[in-house]
Amino acid sequence: MSGPAVRNDRPMAAALLHVAVVLVFVALQYVLPDYHRAVFSRVLVLAVFAMGYNLAFGYTGLLSLGHAMFFCAGLYGAGMTMSMLGWNVAAGLVAGIVCGAALALVIGLLALRTTGVAFMIVTLMFAQVLYLVILYFNEYTGGDQGFSLRPAARQLGPFDLTDPTTRYFAALALFAAALAVTLAIVRSPRGRVLVAIRENEDRVRMLGYNVFAAKLAAVVLSGALCAAAGATYAILFGYVGATFATIQYSILPLLWVLLGGAATALGPLVGTLFMYYVVDITSNYTTAYLLFVGVALILLVLYFPKGVLGTVRERWLPWLP
Amino acid sequence: MAAVTPLLETRGLSRSFGGLKAVDRVDFTLQPGEIRAIIGPNGAGKTTFVSLVCGRFPPSAGKVIFDGEDITALPAHRRVRKGIAYTFQITSIFSRLTVFDNVALSVQRALLSGGGLATASLKRGAIEALERTGLADRAHETAGNLAYGHQRLLEVAMGLALRPRLLIFDEPTQGLSDGEIEGFVTLVRQIAQDATVLLIEHNMPLVMALAQTITVFERGSILAEGTPSEIRDDRAVQDAYLGASADDD
Repeated sequence: MSGPAVRNDRPMAAALLHVAVVLVFVALQYVLPDYHRAVFSRVLVLAVFAMGYNLAFGYTGLLSLGHAMFFCAGLYGAGMTMSMLGWNVAAGLVAGIVCGAALALVIGLLALRTTGVAFMIVTLMFAQVLYLVILYFNEYTGGDQGFSLRPAARQLGPFDLTDPTTRYFAALALFAAALAVTLAIVRSPRGRVLVAIRENEDRVRMLGYNVFAAKLAAVVLSGALCAAAGATYAILFGYVGATFATIQYSILPLLWVLLGGAATALGPLVGTLFMYYVVDITSNYTTAYLLFVGVALILLVLYFPKGVLGTVRERWLPWLP
Repeated sequence: MAAVTPLLETRGLSRSFGGLKAVDRVDFTLQPGEIRAIIGPNGAGKTTFVSLVCGRFPPSAGKVIFDGEDITALPAHRRVRKGIAYTFQITSIFSRLTVFDNVALSVQRALLSGGGLATASLKRGAIEALERTGLADRAHETAGNLAYGHQRLLEVAMGLALRPRLLIFDEPTQGLSDGEIEGFVTLVRQIAQDATVLLIEHNMPLVMALAQTITVFERGSILAEGTPSEIRDDRAVQDAYLGASADDD
């Protein structure tokens, strides 16, 4: 929308900012020491998980406590087809995303009949069901031990995805794609409806929108993005395990998004990066590292109640998407 | 008048909440182009009745017919697309979005139904609705920061931007100043040139000035219906409003 001053909207600035962020990450590859480059690869993939969560929670206002199941749908969807059926990386990735979207469709149809606290509990419960299913079929899933993908299977054409540099760029490519998808969705007319649902659901219905269908679409897109992160995680790091299906991995994306700023496009990345390093650094010194995570969260709630980028947008950069 | 298909018709429309019959077998007819007011004491079932018409909850019994089509089974959002718009009794706007975005959501819905969603027509439609309600110069303000009277107007603008055939107002002037009410009367007369207006209102001078026909509700049923002067002179209506019946004396 190019209209002057009617909306706090600067599409050019926003587009340039996001291209710049991706370019900074390209440059970082050549600067970062090996260890931190590996951390960044992981963080970029997990940030996509958070971005998927942000679509449901940040933009549409659906507080799910079960998003680990969508990440795992991608993780196992890719991991099992590749290890048991011998599918290649591209097919595995697609399989993972399809599994996530299909699971999100079914869960959405059931869970969206509830709202608020009931929605939280129902999503939590379904995620727990998936966790127990993974443990129950340990013959195929490896149970809580999980399984590894052979390095030979983790090749994409000429690219060896076990190589740290290739892996970093693959993670960055996924992140850039997820960023583009998120921006395209939230800036579209349909995306505005999602935000409106978060703000006042009853009013949206009385403006003639099918609220249930819009929420279902948000859940499916959110599930597909989280599954893309899960599938990529399996492919890049070669490990598939039930830890990722635990409640912890449903809570983490919520914290990452809150930290970085709900309903901001880059907030999930900021939150994930910050949290990863707080845990990484403090756990070198003490086993009580969760204490530091807690303190960091309290400070954020006190000084950045809308998350880092949410507060930045409110005070300084109203055009930030 | 009899030859025209009514825009809205209800037959035996009822809704109970537990043992309470909030709306009890109401037969109601509204002709296209009318300005109709619904009045009645608090708790008479006025809001429940219009909520059944626009589908905010389903009736216990009876039918709603809009432009000759039975819409009783349609969900609220489908009824809005057929042309029934509702403005809330308690102001219900998107308070954290801008005034423009509030109205743009309505325009977008109307454009989506019409087939094409072009940025230019979205903007034009929103600005037009804001100009009609006198909010154009506040387009970029956050809706929640508007004065109460302006929030009510925004509510009206959102309804207008849907380009409805029937616009339902639920106590639109509650809490407005006299000056604002005057502006509202002018606005409703303008709206009525190309839409039918159904108005729940307590402000009697306003009802008398605006409405062509008045329907009086009491205890979930229609007590009386007629022109403003007929209603003014109706004994049963006077009793309902004054509370005491002359016959009991």
